[in-house]
Amino acid sequence: MLIKPKPDLTYADVTPRGLYMGRRNFLLGALTTYGAVTAYKRLPSLFGGKAKGSVPVPIQGVQKWPGSTTEPVTPVEKVTHYNNFYEFGSDKSDPARNSGNFLTTPWSVSVEGECEKPRKYPIDEMMHLAPLEERIYRHRCVEGWSLVVPWIGYSLSTIVKLAQPTSKARYVAFESYYNSIVMPWATGTGIEFPYVEGLRLDEAMHPLTLLCFGMYGDTLYNQDGAPVRMILPWKYGYKSVKSLVKIRFVKSMPPTTWNNYAPNEYGFYSNVNPGVDTVPWSQAEEMRIGPGLGLFNAKIPTRLFNGYNEVASLYAGMNLRKYY
Amino acid sequence: MIRLLTSKWTKVVVFLLCLFPAADIALKIAGNEEPSLMWSWFNYDLSANPVKYIEHFTGSWTLGFLAITLAITPLRRVLHLPQLIRFRRMVGLYAFFYVCLHFSTWIVLDHWQQWSWNAIWADLLKRPFIVIGFAGFLLLIPLAVTSTAGWIRRLGGKNWRMLHRAIYATACLGVIHYYWLVKSDHRAPLAYGAIFALLFLWRIGDWLLERRRRGAAAEARSKPHVTAESA
Repeated sequence: MLIKPKPDLTYADVTPRGLYMGRRNFLLGALTTYGAVTAYKRLPSLFGGKAKGSVPVPIQGVQKWPGSTTEPVTPVEKVTHYNNFYEFGSDKSDPARNSGNFLTTPWSVSVEGECEKPRKYPIDEMMHLAPLEERIYRHRCVEGWSLVVPWIGYSLSTIVKLAQPTSKARYVAFESYYNSIVMPWATGTGIEFPYVEGLRLDEAMHPLTLLCFGMYGDTLYNQDGAPVRMILPWKYGYKSVKSLVKIRFVKSMPPTTWNNYAPNEYGFYSNVNPGVDTVPWSQAEEMRIGPGLGLFNAKIPTRLFNGYNEVASLYAGMNLRKYY
Repeated sequence: MIRLLTSKWTKVVVFLLCLFPAADIALKIAGNEEPSLMWSWFNYDLSANPVKYIEHFTGSWTLGFLAITLAITPLRRVLHLPQLIRFRRMVGLYAFFYVCLHFSTWIVLDHWQQWSWNAIWADLLKRPFIVIGFAGFLLLIPLAVTSTAGWIRRLGGKNWRMLHRAIYATACLGVIHYYWLVKSDHRAPLAYGAIFALLFLWRIGDWLLERRRRGAAAEARSKPHVTAESA
């Protein structure tokens, strides 16, 4: 007798054609998505080519400044990939991406206005007018985050003394480099260029006021304001102009970029002050950007003058709510 | 095309695609913790300020999903693809999902250190842009709750549609929230605003056309009557 084995699979088990095709569509869809996303992520490197701009180089013979903070230093990758430098775009990641072709040689800074010795300083000469110091400063952004950065430079007072401001000079105006062809990303960011800033002459003379040429042992990164910038650790970050081209001694309070944009939010002085809020940010505390992922990084209380009490005498008797 | 739209697998694919931004964030967090993991095609970049990055990212996707939700009706009509309706509830719920992530990121990661409801409430009221965003979020809650077939039945189609028009308000509030938050570069919030304006204009145009068509139809119905009487 012939025993016919029962087949394992019958027609009832056949996957319906629609479902089978559906699975194919599904796989196709998933693969296409994967491919599209991968291609998208690679796009910048495909078309960007090799960056032709200036790159940081080590600075030799830098002294350690005794006043440096001992707080943990922010990793250099974070300081160089989280920037407000609207000439290269308004997103924090834009400057690192867009400043690669920025050439900072040749470069000179013009010192002019109400002074006895106006002149243009080529960057190489300017860099060695005083011994370079590494100063680890706290850096507080008006947006509520802060960094700890080892900057390299010397006090701006060196330049002021060399220029010999006249008795008419009461303020110092600063101007950043701007070229709409080199910096097409600036258009549409909402503020005016070139970026301008200013200080009272006594603020400019304060020893904390740093003319900065480097960071983390190297010359400045393009996205952090190469080749020379200001660092004013007791003021919000936007006061510290990047890629400086002009220092001008003037009689009256010079216009400043963010004050021009929104005078009720950003004052001329812009001293770090936990008691004066700025819409839309509270200034009472700050997110310290340090080592590690930072999802649960500590928020710390913000201090008046960012903790640099030695500048308090500059503002003695002034109502800091009025002169914010 | 129709078969592709009505296939149940398409719904699965769309579901997974919508999950992609959330997965992106999750993988980036994992990648930051352990950069040697296999998914090397992510660039692990949560920025130096991950809390703000996640808030911005989930906020943008909320607006994105609101726009997709609001685009489905116009697309169905313009492309003659009524089957697109199958995806509207899912996409709308994804807008709610991303706003929940957005809101909880703000609540948890911005406040976990000194946890107090009073402080959160004070933080919210102090800043108009947060009040506006919060209002938009609150408005979405009833829409998410009543998104089921049961609730459509319970409310009746007319009431349900009325209620779900709150999404227009949420879209407006979301754009204002974004606009007030940025420092000076308003291009991104304005772009979202323009997309929503376009979607609203299409609806207004459609409503006007519909009204005119109805008026014409009513006239056509009454005309023979008039001519019969005058004859």
